[in-house]
Amino acid sequence: MSSKEAILGAIKKNKPAATPLPDLLKFPDETNLIERYEKGLTGNGGKLQVVDSLEELEAFVRENYASDQLIASLVDEVNGNVDVSKISDPHDLEHVELAILKGELGVSENGAIWMPEKNVVHRVLPFIAQHLIIVIREETLLTNMHDAYEKVNVADGGYGVFIAGPSKTADIEQSLVIGAHGPRSLTVFLLKK
Amino acid sequence: MKGKTHAEEAAAFIKDDARTHWHDETLWHVRSNRDRSAQGIPEWETLRDTASATKDYVLSHLGELLEQFESNAKANGVEVLWAKDAVEHNQHVYRILQENKVSNIVKSKSILTEECGLNHYLEKKGYDVVDTDLGERIIQFAKQTPSHIVLPAIHLKKQDIGEIFHNHIGTKEGASDPNYLTEAARQHLRKKFVEANAAITGVNFGIAETGGFVVCTNEGNADMGTHLADVHIACMGIEKLIPRAADLGVFLRLLARSATGQSITNYSSHFHRPAEGKKMYIILVDNGRTDQLGREDFKNSLKCIRCGACMNTCPIYRRSGGHSYNYTVPGPIGSILSPGRDLKKYSTLPFASTLCGSCSDVCPVKINIHEQLYKWRQVIAEHTNMDRSKQLSMKVAGMTFGKPVLYDLAGKVARTALKYTPHSLVYSSINVWGKHRDLPEVPEESFKEWYKKNRKQ
Ligand code: SF4
Repeated sequence: MSSKEAILGAIKKNKPAATPLPDLLKFPDETNLIERYEKGLTGNGGKLQVVDSLEELEAFVRENYASDQLIASLVDEVNGNVDVSKISDPHDLEHVELAILKGELGVSENGAIWMPEKNVVHRVLPFIAQHLIIVIREETLLTNMHDAYEKVNVADGGYGVFIAGPSKTADIEQSLVIGAHGPRSLTVFLLKK
Repeated sequence: MKGKTHAEEAAAFIKDDARTHWHDETLWHVRSNRDRSAQGIPEWETLRDTASATKDYVLSHLGELLEQFESNAKANGVEVLWAKDAVEHNQHVYRILQENKVSNIVKSKSILTEECGLNHYLEKKGYDVVDTDLGERIIQFAKQTPSHIVLPAIHLKKQDIGEIFHNHIGTKEGASDPNYLTEAARQHLRKKFVEANAAITGVNFGIAETGGFVVCTNEGNADMGTHLADVHIACMGIEKLIPRAADLGVFLRLLARSATGQSITNYSSHFHRPAEGKKMYIILVDNGRTDQLGREDFKNSLKCIRCGACMNTCPIYRRSGGHSYNYTVPGPIGSILSPGRDLKKYSTLPFASTLCGSCSDVCPVKINIHEQLYKWRQVIAEHTNMDRSKQLSMKVAGMTFGKPVLYDLAGKVARTALKYTPHSLVYSSINVWGKHRDLPEVPEESFKEWYKKNRKQ
């Protein structure tokens, strides 16, 4: 007998009486989504910039990053100097200083942004970059995770991630340290309607 | 052969009084963060009820859901393997590594691989397995096991970690600043990520509906590992399933808030298909879970989502340290999982509890932990030769709690007796609980007496 048969057989013998699957939860929409979003994001160590146009993002990048630093941008309005689409081995992204990505939607209860594979090209990009900027639009802001899963098809593409802050750890005496393995900062640019 | 009792194991930890207090306070702080976070969600109790009911559904439909999960995962191009026990799990991993000619392995935190003793097994086969979660890396260097499922190195002080890092990755002698140490670990581990050709991860949630799975980390280490390596092996206990992707809304809202108080982990990664040219494997592991499923009184323990909240709140865990449990999952939930694995070896763990019920109160999936601890005590009392003095006091307690009049009387007697009990008697070797404990302040009247008097006004 295979292990699969053995396990399924044991389950059949031991499993409890059937109970029903609960309905999916839905809660009323909140107001002040931007304010709530900012609270969620900063709680996880991220920073929010509310902007009227992406020119402000461009100015921010030029002000904070030198021209010889590697910048991978997947946002049309900002030019980078690493063409991610031409890279075949993700290891070549090792020295990227800044990645600029577009997020699908933001969740105000916790600051999380849904980032599907198609928005990152290489799955490792949002993790391997030293710093991360994500652009989201105000109209994509949702109240909570239930709303997010209603919108997102998680099986679409091979991979997707909710990013809610920079890489962080508190494994040494519970002291919060930002920048464990991945990005040392996450700045979200929220584009107003 | 009988192993050491929990009390004996804990004795070493509590020898250092200052450290015991520090451990206690640190975990209580984490528990307080959890409270604040939970109180910020008006629908918190609805979430718990729904999570619990969803897991009930999973346990009562486990066979169908596993088959659904397997066929969806296979359709996605993922290879699915089944393992009835730890040995088979480890053999699967070894075979995959051999087949793919893997030399360097990075692992992100997985309690299941700890449970299976995977690192040890692979090391004996000549592999160097690098744990990449910072806490896990620390204890891996120190040749220890995690003392907590979410905070693996919570028992160590920064000075200890500074010394460990000085010896293993050459940080400055005496340095203990968490920022400095984390930066050193970052540099050290980035090298390991870049060199690795296989990444092993655990699974927080398997989604039957889509055949995908979710891994939650704050550090992003699971992602750094899996996206750079060519082979991803995900090790998953069969109870980790949820029926629908949308159920994640409930579980992701509960998990991090219950664990540390944060609203969500900074990375919640959803894996469905291997990236082009790469391979993904899922190993579905039983290792005693189907036995537990058949134990009517204890099957609820399989709903556990490993948040660690029951540990952070437990007055015994906080003061005795995770290692005193001598089991992969320590604390209240570990104390109801472990006797099912080896009743003799873990027979003292269900007694490592005050039965205050705090664990059940914080559990996001509403496992009746303290009731199960009490049930195990009864099973153990029947099966083993309990320490005579404890057995006697348990019997008396059982009798007393069962009869309200006796209980009231006993309370009165106790309140008087406690006042006049000589210290030497309470701290004698007959009273196991008297050790390292101060006498409670004695109230002048019982709550019931107080209530009677005050209700009339
Ligand atoms: S038993 Fe409940 S509280 Fe304890 S780790 Fe599991 S889910 Fe968390």
